[in-house]
Amino acid sequence: MTRAADEIVADFQFLEGSDRLQLLLEFSEALPDLDERYGEHPELLERVEECQSPIFIAVDGTAEAIKLHFSAPRESPTTRGFASILFGALSSHSAAEIMELSDDFPTKLGLDHIITPLRVRGMRGMLARIKRKTAELVAEHG
Amino acid sequence: MDQLVKIAEYANPDILVTTQWLKQNLDKVIVVESDEDILLYETGHIPGSVKLDWHTELNHPLRRDYLESAQFAELMNIKGIGRQDTVVLYGDRSNWWATYAFWVFKLFGHEKVLLLDGGRNKWIADGGELTKDKPTFSSKDYPVVERNDSEIRAFRDEVLGHLGKPMVDVRSPEEYSGERLHMPDFPNEGATRGGHIPTAASIPWSKAIQQDETFRPIAELEKLYFSDTGFDRDSDFIAYCRIGERSSHSWFVLKYLLGVKSVRNYDGSWTEWGNLVGAPIATGVDPGVAA
Repeated sequence: MTRAADEIVADFQFLEGSDRLQLLLEFSEALPDLDERYGEHPELLERVEECQSPIFIAVDGTAEAIKLHFSAPRESPTTRGFASILFGALSSHSAAEIMELSDDFPTKLGLDHIITPLRVRGMRGMLARIKRKTAELVAEHG
Repeated sequence: MDQLVKIAEYANPDILVTTQWLKQNLDKVIVVESDEDILLYETGHIPGSVKLDWHTELNHPLRRDYLESAQFAELMNIKGIGRQDTVVLYGDRSNWWATYAFWVFKLFGHEKVLLLDGGRNKWIADGGELTKDKPTFSSKDYPVVERNDSEIRAFRDEVLGHLGKPMVDVRSPEEYSGERLHMPDFPNEGATRGGHIPTAASIPWSKAIQQDETFRPIAELEKLYFSDTGFDRDSDFIAYCRIGERSSHSWFVLKYLLGVKSVRNYDGSWTEWGNLVGAPIATGVDPGVAA
């Protein structure tokens, strides 16, 4: 776990029920706008099939500092919230740190009972996709 | 086609309201938002509206079932809804989850439940106001009413006895044929077999919806559900999907817009049938035959 990931888990665990939902909403509102480069070249983004709402991911940067990019519609705040959490936990971290994040991270947030387990699975799908694309990026650039 | 003219042609025109009507009657009704995305209400909702969370609030906390009578009464008290109140439901994704909530209200016989034609997106498209202010509610002593499953809910044995009679599978064509076990873009919720219940016709729920997310005019719906399927509108109908949510939407269309007298929603749906030992299954694009 990165320190940022630990802190996010601690923040969620500190709260109860509807306050956790509120925090997720704050994350969704904090998701950075998509980098112009990807806005003009949507084909560079990869769709996450496991998610209920359309979300696209791109990974670039270097092995020392991986950058994550997300695109999800405003009408899908839950999906945006998940993307924003992963952005906060992982972006600008090294490839090694990203690969080390537990696949169980989404469950640790304690959201299963307030949102559907189905959606939490969608977040696991996003994480798996980020890890795979990170591994591909490192392999490509040695 | 003008929306009011369109609505007037449905079997139960009074069940739908328009954005304009709702704007003028906000103080006379209880507006309830039920969304697929459970954070949408928090991003902004119709002024005065109440949030209903289909996942955490309508289901039984332990069993795969709906709330019990006392639990429903308690839920209504928390939401500030009285037994005589007129409830107007709306939601995202063309009212998909709003009709699910509608169906649950009807399990408990709540009489005055209406639906906003076009749902959340139509409200926004028509320039309807949204607010983040959450109203406060006080209990109106909702009575404990027995849940009545017999009229609008179908169970698996009843479905088995219904093979060959009008049945509508409202999932995507790929789920119907058995090519995939779950909706495109949605994760698998755990069915071990793919396909459909033999003799069920494939009518994806969203075919009942127009571009602006309002319901299609009655003539188009009649073609879709009766002419194209050969189903007799005077027969009993059953609709099913994956867990009973999308089929609530088709249930609503059949019962209130088309006026079919007996329509039941099989909420066990494919997540039950596709796992049921020995249950008959058909694959491919044809409905198949009752074995």
